[in-house]
Amino acid sequence: MGEQQNWDWEVGERLVTDLAEWKKAFSDVYDEVVSPDGEKMGAIVKGEEGLTCCVNGSAWEQTYEKVYSVKFSPDNRLTAITMADDEWTTVVDGAPWEQTYEYVWNLRFAGRGGAIAVQTKGDDGYGICLDGKAWEAGFLQIRDYVLSPDGRRAACSVQTKELAEGDIFGFLEGGWSVAVDGKPWDRNFLNVWGLAFSADGAKVAAEVRLESTVYSIAVDGKPWDASYGCVWEPCFDPKNGQVLAPVKIESGWILACDGKDLWGRSFGQLWRPVFSPDGSRTAAIVSPSFGRWTMAVEGQAWNATFGDAVTDPVFSPDGRRLAAIVKDKNRWTIGVDGAAWGETFDMVWRPVFTPNAKRVLAKVERNGKFALALDGRVVSGEYDGLYDPVIGPEGDRVLVKALDGGKFYRRVLRLGDL
Amino acid sequence: MATFPEREPVEDIGLDETIKKLTPERIEKTILKVLNEESAARLKVYVNTCVHCGLCSNACHFYNSHDGDVKYAPVSKVKDTLWEMIRKKGRVDGEFIRKASRIAFTECNVCRRCSMYCPFGIDLAYLILTVRRICHLLGVVPQYLQDTVNSHAATLNQMWVKPDEWIDTLQWQEEEQLDEVVGARIPLDREGAEIMYSVIGPEPKFLPQLIGHMDQIMTVAGMSWTVPSLDGWDNSNMAMYSGDFEIMARVERKHYDKALELKVKKIVMGECGHAFRGAAYDGPKWLGWLRPPVPLIHAVEFYYDLIHSGRLKIVKKYEEPITLQDPCNIVRGKGLGNKLRYIMNATCSDFRDVEPRFEHNYCCCAGGGVINCGPPWKTTRVNGNRVKAEQFRATEAKVIVTPCHNCHSGIEDIVSNYKLDMHVKFFCEILVECIEIPESLKV
Amino acid sequence: MDLYEIVRGPLAWAALLLFVLGTAYRIVSMLIEARRDKVVYPYLSLKYGLRSLMHWLIPFGSVNMRKRPVMTVVSFAFHICLLVTPVFLLAHIILWDESWGLQWWSLPEAVTDVMSVLVVGACAFFLIRRIVAPEVQNVTFLSDYVLLAVVVLPFLTGFLAYHQLGPYRPMLILHILAGEIMLVAIPFSRLSHMFFFFFTRAYMGSEFGKVRNARDW
Ligand code: HEM
Ligand code: SF4
Ligand code: SF4
Repeated sequence: MGEQQNWDWEVGERLVTDLAEWKKAFSDVYDEVVSPDGEKMGAIVKGEEGLTCCVNGSAWEQTYEKVYSVKFSPDNRLTAITMADDEWTTVVDGAPWEQTYEYVWNLRFAGRGGAIAVQTKGDDGYGICLDGKAWEAGFLQIRDYVLSPDGRRAACSVQTKELAEGDIFGFLEGGWSVAVDGKPWDRNFLNVWGLAFSADGAKVAAEVRLESTVYSIAVDGKPWDASYGCVWEPCFDPKNGQVLAPVKIESGWILACDGKDLWGRSFGQLWRPVFSPDGSRTAAIVSPSFGRWTMAVEGQAWNATFGDAVTDPVFSPDGRRLAAIVKDKNRWTIGVDGAAWGETFDMVWRPVFTPNAKRVLAKVERNGKFALALDGRVVSGEYDGLYDPVIGPEGDRVLVKALDGGKFYRRVLRLGDL
Repeated sequence: MATFPEREPVEDIGLDETIKKLTPERIEKTILKVLNEESAARLKVYVNTCVHCGLCSNACHFYNSHDGDVKYAPVSKVKDTLWEMIRKKGRVDGEFIRKASRIAFTECNVCRRCSMYCPFGIDLAYLILTVRRICHLLGVVPQYLQDTVNSHAATLNQMWVKPDEWIDTLQWQEEEQLDEVVGARIPLDREGAEIMYSVIGPEPKFLPQLIGHMDQIMTVAGMSWTVPSLDGWDNSNMAMYSGDFEIMARVERKHYDKALELKVKKIVMGECGHAFRGAAYDGPKWLGWLRPPVPLIHAVEFYYDLIHSGRLKIVKKYEEPITLQDPCNIVRGKGLGNKLRYIMNATCSDFRDVEPRFEHNYCCCAGGGVINCGPPWKTTRVNGNRVKAEQFRATEAKVIVTPCHNCHSGIEDIVSNYKLDMHVKFFCEILVECIEIPESLKV
Repeated sequence: MDLYEIVRGPLAWAALLLFVLGTAYRIVSMLIEARRDKVVYPYLSLKYGLRSLMHWLIPFGSVNMRKRPVMTVVSFAFHICLLVTPVFLLAHIILWDESWGLQWWSLPEAVTDVMSVLVVGACAFFLIRRIVAPEVQNVTFLSDYVLLAVVVLPFLTGFLAYHQLGPYRPMLILHILAGEIMLVAIPFSRLSHMFFFFFTRAYMGSEFGKVRNARDW
């Protein structure tokens, strides 16, 4: 992450850029994005020469035939995938990576160092390019990938064996594996999905399909002894490196830890296990009865349940509290420690806790306008656009990045004033 | 007693080779597991309640197209498969499984018309799907269908579409549309858009212009929309039909995860019926949702909303005599028959309705995974739907609108086999010819 | 106790008890097992269930009934007579009165007589249909004939006994026995459709109406 202490936390408001000015200079402006520190707005712009990116009103020098996937990295660099003369590459703050490809997609970031990765298709097949460094050997096909928390490593599900059209028996022999930094596991599976790195980046776990109807979790290519009727994405315990995954047994879904039932109880559905920051507590999204959803912490489900969905569970920094997005009867709100906020919204975004875990803040949408809600109460004005709020390192300020009447403002507010 | 011809032998390694590996123990164990553990009251009550009256027989297009050949009566298909498995307590042989698989996969579209003819409302399609589940667990599934399911498993789309091919197709279609309509961009992964648009795998593979049409429609109507660039863009689901419910669920979960991640208010899906069924009902049900976590709107309903609300203005009517296929999964499956006729009448000056229609429509005979069983079974499918050809012929129309991909392909085969001299179109192909493109959007 | 007394006394009791308990057992176990079918209860809807039942309990209320007018007429005549005759038959009411002092309105004997004939006639129709119509023949088992016999016998023997055709007392005993067999058969055979009908139809009506926004008749 960009070092938040170094950001400008002075209380006050600043006009960062006025999109109306951009629109005078360019015939088209779209896909606006905002840097995490709120100092920059970027977008794709179309000038006479072609497409390029623009930051705070000034465009990159080079233009391209195609530009997409514009995003700011966690350390505030504007990144995009571009194509010129049929050559695709990644451009970071206007500087293209040397290597070009037949195609480039799925731009991702990771780690404090601000690692940037993409998936690529080149002459020798498919691979991953991490911070400009490409995997050595190309694969027949690649699907989803993940980066290690420090951003140094990449793992991807890869096709390792050619499969002729309609070869249903070949498929059963297994032609998929996980490649870590370009090197595939020495074992193939029918399918692999849901990759995860351990906290230290040393190990990779994945959902694997052993036979047509038999699933398990593999860690560094070695499946658990136990197998199941179905499994979902595994995750690593940050404390001890053990692997957890939701698995389906006869009575329902359980949270299994290296093949054993962790919570000692099953649910109608269970997915997305998460750990508290110190690794001492686990929670997961569960369905305690058909059509109802909630969070379970250490196996204990919240009393309140929701009809449509529960997503984005977030532990407080001290691990004692848990918040999540909840949806019932097509209305959205935030659930915290078992109770939903009284008010509901057209949409809500991932909640954030203050560092002392006392308060919960979230971006919400009502009637096409966006605002901030603190502990269930709308506390900000309504804006045309609002980007993820950030609570300052001291916990007393919040950075509000808002688009209002075509102008992008950066505001730092005192939480206490809200 | 009338006698009916035996089934012609058909070769399919998905059935012929796979049964060789079956052991009696495995068959028995699998059948009992499905009957006793995976099924409950409905299966039991349906089987115990059926009074063997045969009143469901005339519901089925297979039966009607084969001049009342009894083996195609819905209840006969259940008798020849599930009843026998129950009666023998699972002690059936591989040859029996092969036949059951053939019946369940290629001679029933799980279209549920028969549930409206059986006085008890017995869900025969559900019973047939139970047979398919057993066949899947035994690995006895027609080759082409299984290959499609393998694609779902490996790529989370139906057609082995690679990730770059998908995005490339979108960008190509966007480019084409930008030549026609100002600002016709296909917004990729735009978080917070109102609508996520999802399609079925065959669109990028064979019919990319349909994505272009939707781009134009969205742009002209001024919608806030987005299309996922990564997996989750495909809403189709053949695993639902092969009995591989685990893969079915995985595909649907990805689809909804994508919508939740993109923070859209609803999903609009292209013109496909089975995909609607999987995404609206079968998938969510298996995963634990009573209804989809994000509202799912079928294209027909979406077009209706756009035309009805005036967001799209119809300035020209399609003039050729035109008729319609009611796709089972959105008409019997969602009651969209009236909205479908509304949009037909709004855009066509010579619309000739079919008989029977609405919930009583005849299935296209391609749905339910049958067309995905591939070339070996094409004859079964086409011969099984003579009544459909007769139904269309009676309208004397020149064009058939099919707002469903399975219907579209299946009816094309019927048109050519029965020499109907008609064209088959998706509704969006009619729509883009009829809408007004405002001056401000003209290139 | 002679044979008559046995069939009229303990056996009648046993039959009634088996019928009631058996029916209760079948329904309750279905209701319990329906919980494992996760969608059944969430999908059920009183409104749409009743809407569907109405269409299927009114003659010619569904498309298929209109497509098969003969079957519809016979079937409704059969079921109405089958259910009404035993309950409103004067001779039965007298028995209830003798044993329990219970009385209610009865149908004229000439009417119940015709109704019994209708039941027998309808069963003959079902039998012929089973033999002649290929789609019915194909799903006909020995048990279907046995069930038809179980249903027709009480009415046939009752008719014969009433008209004193054949030896009266044995015929009467046979009649009571046949009635008891039928009563017991209801919960333990496909005749259980008598009560399952309401559940299966209501469920399908709900699934079509509430969930899928469509009609099922
Ligand atoms: C309210 C209760 C009942 C309902 C709603 C009902 C409904 C039906 C229905 C819908 C059928 C399908 C075929 C047809 O329409 O004929 C049927 C058939 C039949 N029912 Fe019932 N039924 C009831 C009670 C009974 C009872 C109490 C019996 C005898 C104990 C009975 C005996 C039969 C027989 C024998 C058939 C078979 C016809 C054949 O062989 O094709 N039903 N019933
Ligand atoms: S094809 Fe349709 S009508 Fe025929 S048996 Fe299957 S579900 Fe019933
Ligand atoms: S109509 Fe219903 S009860 Fe009659 S044979 Fe068909 S499934 Fe069985």
